[in-house]
Amino acid sequence: MTIALRSIHKHYGDIRANDGIDLVLRPSTVHGILGENGAGKSTLMKILSGYVRKTSGTILVDSEEVDFKNPAEAASHGIGMLYQDPLDFPPLTVLENFMAGQRMKAWPDRSLFRKRLAGLCREMGFDLDPETPVVRLTVGERQQLELARHLAAGRRVLILDEPTTGISSLQKDVLFSALRRLSSGGATVVLVSHKLEDVETLCDEVTVLKKGRVSGSAVRPFSTGALLEMMFGREPAPPLRKGHEPGAQALFLEGVHAHGGRTGLAQCTVKVNRGEVVGLAGLEGSGQDVFLRVAAGLTRPTRGRVHVSRKDMTGRDHHAFKTMGVAFQPAARLEEGLIAGLSVAEHCAILERSSFSLDLDASASLAQERIQSFQVAARPESPVESLSGGNQQRLLLSFLPDDPVLLLLENPTRGLDRESVRWVWERLDAIASNGAAIVFSSSEIDEILMVSDRVLVFFEGRIIHDVRPEDTDALMLGKAIAGRV
Amino acid sequence: MRTVFARMGRPLEMGLKTALAGVAEIAASVLVVVAFTTLVLLVAGAPPLDTFAVLVKGSLGSWSKLSHVIKVWIPLTLASCGLLFTFKAGLWNIGVEGQVMMGAVATTLAMRMGGPSPLAGMVTALALVAGMAGGALWALCAGFLKTKAGVHEIFAGLGLNFVSQGLVLWLIFGPWKQPGIASMSGTETFDERLWIPSIEALNLSPAALGMAVAAVIVTAYLLSSTRLGLYLRAVGGNEKAAVLFGLKPHAVMTAAMLCAGGLAGLAGAFQVSGVYHRLIPAISSGYGYLALLVVLLAYYNVWAAPVVAFFFACLNTGAIQLPMLLSLDSSLSGVIQGSMVIAALAVHSVSTRSRRSRG
Repeated sequence: MTIALRSIHKHYGDIRANDGIDLVLRPSTVHGILGENGAGKSTLMKILSGYVRKTSGTILVDSEEVDFKNPAEAASHGIGMLYQDPLDFPPLTVLENFMAGQRMKAWPDRSLFRKRLAGLCREMGFDLDPETPVVRLTVGERQQLELARHLAAGRRVLILDEPTTGISSLQKDVLFSALRRLSSGGATVVLVSHKLEDVETLCDEVTVLKKGRVSGSAVRPFSTGALLEMMFGREPAPPLRKGHEPGAQALFLEGVHAHGGRTGLAQCTVKVNRGEVVGLAGLEGSGQDVFLRVAAGLTRPTRGRVHVSRKDMTGRDHHAFKTMGVAFQPAARLEEGLIAGLSVAEHCAILERSSFSLDLDASASLAQERIQSFQVAARPESPVESLSGGNQQRLLLSFLPDDPVLLLLENPTRGLDRESVRWVWERLDAIASNGAAIVFSSSEIDEILMVSDRVLVFFEGRIIHDVRPEDTDALMLGKAIAGRV
Repeated sequence: MRTVFARMGRPLEMGLKTALAGVAEIAASVLVVVAFTTLVLLVAGAPPLDTFAVLVKGSLGSWSKLSHVIKVWIPLTLASCGLLFTFKAGLWNIGVEGQVMMGAVATTLAMRMGGPSPLAGMVTALALVAGMAGGALWALCAGFLKTKAGVHEIFAGLGLNFVSQGLVLWLIFGPWKQPGIASMSGTETFDERLWIPSIEALNLSPAALGMAVAAVIVTAYLLSSTRLGLYLRAVGGNEKAAVLFGLKPHAVMTAAMLCAGGLAGLAGAFQVSGVYHRLIPAISSGYGYLALLVVLLAYYNVWAAPVVAFFFACLNTGAIQLPMLLSLDSSLSGVIQGSMVIAALAVHSVSTRSRRSRG
C-alpha cells in the first residue's frame, strides 16, 4: 500500500504543528520519520492513524483520497499505530488483549486465537505467554503484543512511535528483525524516532521534520552528519561531564525495602553526597521509580531507614522531606507533575505561598521570568496541558527550588531532543556545582554515561552494580541492565 | 475585590464566536428539553401548551408568586455555592442533603435553647451561626471518612444523608415532639420573635435574600481571587502533583468540605428560621440534591449557578399548581429539571467533541 501525504497542515490556534508536509510511504520499505521534539512527527502520524484530524491537506491511500475521522476508519484501511505507551488493557491477559478488537463470535473460540497468536509469535520471534496478565509485562513485551494484534487484524501499514524507548537492547533486536521481516513481506513500516541510531540501523528511507515542515530526506546509506544538520541545522556537541567534588552526605538509605512499581525495592543501601550526580540505570520499572519515591518521602519503606543530611527521616511525609531541601520530579509530567486546568501563572502562584488574596499580575510576571529563563514556548496564561511534552518538561524544571540539597528526577530528559537534553544538563550541572546532589533515572545509557559521577544499575528491584562511568562502558552497562553481571 | 470584577468581565473578552457557540448550546439544550417534556406530557395525556403556561404563570405571574420563588431560590443558591467549593476540589459532595438537614437541626437546637428571651434577635443570629456550624460539622464527618478512613465521599455522604434523615425524624417524634402528641407536622412552632424578620405582604425576608446574594459574591471572590480557590482547583486538578507543589490535599479537601457544609447548613437554617419556623421531617425539601443538578447545569460557574437556581425555583413553584389546574403531578418539575441537566451535559459534550475534531 502506498500512502501519499500532500501539504498536510495541523494548526492548534496560532501554533502550526504541521505546516505543509509532503511525504510518500511505499510498501516493502521501512520509512524513518526523524526530528527533534515538537518537530511535528507525532502529530503527523496521529493524523495518518485517524487519532487527530488535519486542518487541511490530502491523504491518498493507493491514489484513493481518504479523510479519517477516527482510528477505526484508518484501521479499516489497514493502518495501525503503536503508541509510545502501549494502548492495551493491563488487567486482561495477553490472549484477551490479543482477541480484543478482532472479529469474533459472541462466544469466541479461545483456542483458535491462541493458535493464531502462537503462530504470529513464532513467525516474529516473540516470546509471549498467553495467560500472563499484561500488567506484568515489560513495555517491550507489550509492544510485541500490540504488533501481533495489528498483524492479526490485517494491518499493512504499521506506524511505531518511539518504539525503542524503555525496552531492552535484546527486545530492540527482536523488534527490528520482526519489522525487517514484515517490510520484506510487503508491509509499509514507519518508524518515528529522534534517535539517529535506530533510524540508521533499521530504515531504508528517512524524512526529517523540523518545526512542522520537511527539512530534508535521505536514502540508505545515511550520512550521520547530514541527518543531524537536517534535524538541528548544525551538529550539536555532545554534553560534557565535569567531575564534581563530593561534599557532605545528602542521602543515606540503609537496608531499605519498599513496595510499589513492578518489582518493589529490596535491600537497598546507598549513600549519596552533595555535589554528586548519580544516574540510575536499568530497564524501566526495575526499582528506580520506587527508589526515587522512597528518597522523596512519597513511598514509605517497609523496612530500613532513610536519612537526609544525616537526619533520620524514616516515615516522615513528602512535606518534611521538602523542608530538608529535597525535590522530586516524576516522569509522568501531566499525570503526576503538573496540574491540568491551571495556567503557568497559577502554578507559579501556588509556589509563592504569599498572601491570602491572589495577585495574578505578580504571578504572571514571575511566570514570564521562568518562561524566559527556561525557554518554555508558552504564555503565563497558557494552560499547562496545551504545552508540548518538551515544554512541559522545561516548565517542570523551572519549578525546581533555587538551592536544593537533593534533586530526585525521574527520566528528566525523556522525549527531549539532543539539544534540549544538553541544555537541561547544563542547568542541572550548575545546580550540582552549587552543592546539590542529583539522582536521576534514565533509559538512555549514553546519557547516564555522559553526565553521571556514579551509576547505580537496577535489576528486579535491587541495585546490582555501583560503578563510576570511567570504569565501565555502554556494553558492560547494557549487560548489567539485562541482569548479566 | 477589583480582581473579582476583572474576572467577571472576562467572558466579554471571549470573543463573539465563543459567546455565540455558548448561546447556541443553551438554545439546543432548551429545545431538546422542551421536546422531551412535550413528549412526556403527551404520553400523560396533558395539553403541553397549557402546562407550560401554568408553569410560567404559577412562578412569575404575581409578586407573591415571585416571592415564593425567591424563598426557594435562597436555600438552593446557598447549597449550590457550597457545592462549588467541593466540586472545584474534585469532590462529589452528595452529603450536601444531610448537611442542609443538620444545619436545620442545629438551628432548631439553638432556638430551643435560647427561647424567646428579650434578646431574641441575638438568639436568631446565633442560631444561624449554629446552623452553619451544624452543616460544617456534618460535612467534616464525610471529609474525615474520606481522608482518614479512605471511604469515598459519595458513599460517606450518602450514608450520612440517611443518618441525618433518621436523626431529624427521631428528634421530631422523640425528644422534640410537640407537647402531648408526636406529629408528622414537625416540632412546635417557634415564638414569633425568633423568626427572621420578613416583609409581611410578601412573606419574604430581605435579610435572608441579602445573605444569599452575599454568599454568591463571597464564593466568587474566594474561588477566583484567593489562595484557597487556587488550592482547591489545584487539588481537584491533580492531587499527586499538588503534593509535589507543597500542598496537603487532605487539608485542602477538608477546607472545601467545611465551606460546603457551612453554606448548606445556612440553607437549612433559613428553612427553619425563615420558612417553616419549626423542624419538619422534609426540612431540606430535597434542595441539597437539587443543588447538585444546579451546579452541574451551571457547569461549575459561580455566576451561572444563581441563574440556574432561579430557573429551577420557578419550575418548583410553578409546578405546585399543576395538580389543581390540570390534575398533573407536581413532580413534572423534577422531570424537567432532570432532563434539562442531562440534555445540557449531552449537548455540551457533543459540541466540545465536534469542536475538537474540527481543531
